[in-house]
Amino acid sequence: MILVIAEHDGAALKTATRNTVAAAQKIGGPIDVLVAGHNAALAAQAAAQVAGVAKVLHADAPQYAAPTAENLAALVVGLAAPYTHILLPATGFGKNVAPRIAALLDVAQISDIIAVESANTFVRPIYAGNAFATVQSKDAKMVITVRATGFDAAPASGGSGTIESIVAPADNGRVEVLGQELTVSDRPELASARIVVSGGRGLQNGANFKLLEALADKLHAAIGASRAAVDAGYVPNDYQVGQTGKIVAPDLYIAVGISGAIQHLAGMKDSKVIVAINKDADAPIFQIADYGLVGDLFEIIPQLTAELG
Amino acid sequence: MKVLVPIKRVVDFNVKVRVKPDGTGVDTANVKMSMNPFDEIAVEEAVRLKEKGVATEVIAVSCGSTACQETLRTALAIGADRAWLVETDAELQPLAVAKLLRAIAVKEAPQLIIMGKQAIDDDANQTGQMLAALLDWPQATFASKVDIADGKAVVKREIDGGLETLSMSLPAVITTDLRLNEPRYATLPNIMKAKKKPLEVIKPDALGVDITPRLATLKVVEPPKRKGGGRVADAKELVAKLRNEAKVIP
Repeated sequence: MILVIAEHDGAALKTATRNTVAAAQKIGGPIDVLVAGHNAALAAQAAAQVAGVAKVLHADAPQYAAPTAENLAALVVGLAAPYTHILLPATGFGKNVAPRIAALLDVAQISDIIAVESANTFVRPIYAGNAFATVQSKDAKMVITVRATGFDAAPASGGSGTIESIVAPADNGRVEVLGQELTVSDRPELASARIVVSGGRGLQNGANFKLLEALADKLHAAIGASRAAVDAGYVPNDYQVGQTGKIVAPDLYIAVGISGAIQHLAGMKDSKVIVAINKDADAPIFQIADYGLVGDLFEIIPQLTAELG
Repeated sequence: MKVLVPIKRVVDFNVKVRVKPDGTGVDTANVKMSMNPFDEIAVEEAVRLKEKGVATEVIAVSCGSTACQETLRTALAIGADRAWLVETDAELQPLAVAKLLRAIAVKEAPQLIIMGKQAIDDDANQTGQMLAALLDWPQATFASKVDIADGKAVVKREIDGGLETLSMSLPAVITTDLRLNEPRYATLPNIMKAKKKPLEVIKPDALGVDITPRLATLKVVEPPKRKGGGRVADAKELVAKLRNEAKVIP
């Protein structure tokens, strides 16, 4: 039996949750989903409708409105007994809590899997994706984080899972969430967008990202950025695509003014089609781009936006 | 307040690693090794806490081969006061490292442990959270700002949608993200001074920790190569290709 820990916003599941269910299906066996939230009945219902889900465990408590790793790990460990595999998306959410669960269960964690070879053997990237390791667990129970780009999301509908309310353990009390500053955007979620337009140091400042916004509006694209652009303060941290930022694999990735450092490529090189726009003809990004365009982005981006009508 | 800073010796971030032809791993012979960049940020943060008068002592710890002493000396040159090496040539996986670090933490009783969120070799992103769990301490991962006052840590952390601020009682474990600080370069006088700072070596056995790996690596291969290098002349040609050849836009 497999337990998938859902990432959600109270009303809907994050797409990565369905990619994680897809990975669970590859492992095989009944799949339960844990939805821990506060007034998150809609998310629990959404989870029950995901194809392949047998049962949703729904824990409702105020401390799960913005769950801390301490509270969520305590809940999961209490539920762990019947499960052979506990899966979480390899997002900031999953990465924060999964190792805490694994350590409490005294088992290894298998991070960021991109393929399932068998019920105890998985493929995961190491060295910023410059090597793929096939690893086999010797533990009876496995805690796994799933890289969303490795698995096509399980359909959001077609399932008929039951929903069971479960009791939450007491609030850990030693950690208080003082607040969250979330980037508000009408654009698609970066991690699951079909098209991503990313900017780098070549944009020169934050105001120039407006150029990319106009292009992204035409393409219904999400906006990303290189580490250099985030470090320079052009855009917030949650825009970062790369080894330690978000891993994306959209149908179309347009890299603008990004040179192509190894750690950036690690976050986007599995995109279906890559476009690179850079004034430096020798930039490493061109080596992996399907369509490279050498030139001044400040001329090219408005032209490109205009061409798209 | 004592601060413990675990660090890892890894292949330098500028090195493009090569997979060994026999598929057993990546080639680390004669490759430049450095401190994991996130750990450097952790050392810097701890040293700044000491400079601000918040921390009284900064203790670096590494687990691995004798060569890790060099990495520990780098931490001492940045400003750590003394160091531990848990010495072993055996393969160490995150859970085992977390257990070794717990044993050191029990010896030293720090109020704060600051470490990198992820090592750039195995990209596991596990050890800090595991250590916090084993010690039953609160954790703040992916920190971009740390304030310590009145027995509490207030940490701004990078999350998927933006930033989150946590307040937690000490002792606690904090893992660093990229934007917490910019580590200083160690100056020559400090590098010289670091050679004389205390560095104790201990074996995993002496700490009573079982470090047997839980995962077997069956093989390591190169990822599929991407065929790139295509060029277009201008925006017009690009749009035409994306529409008609790649068919990724309507």
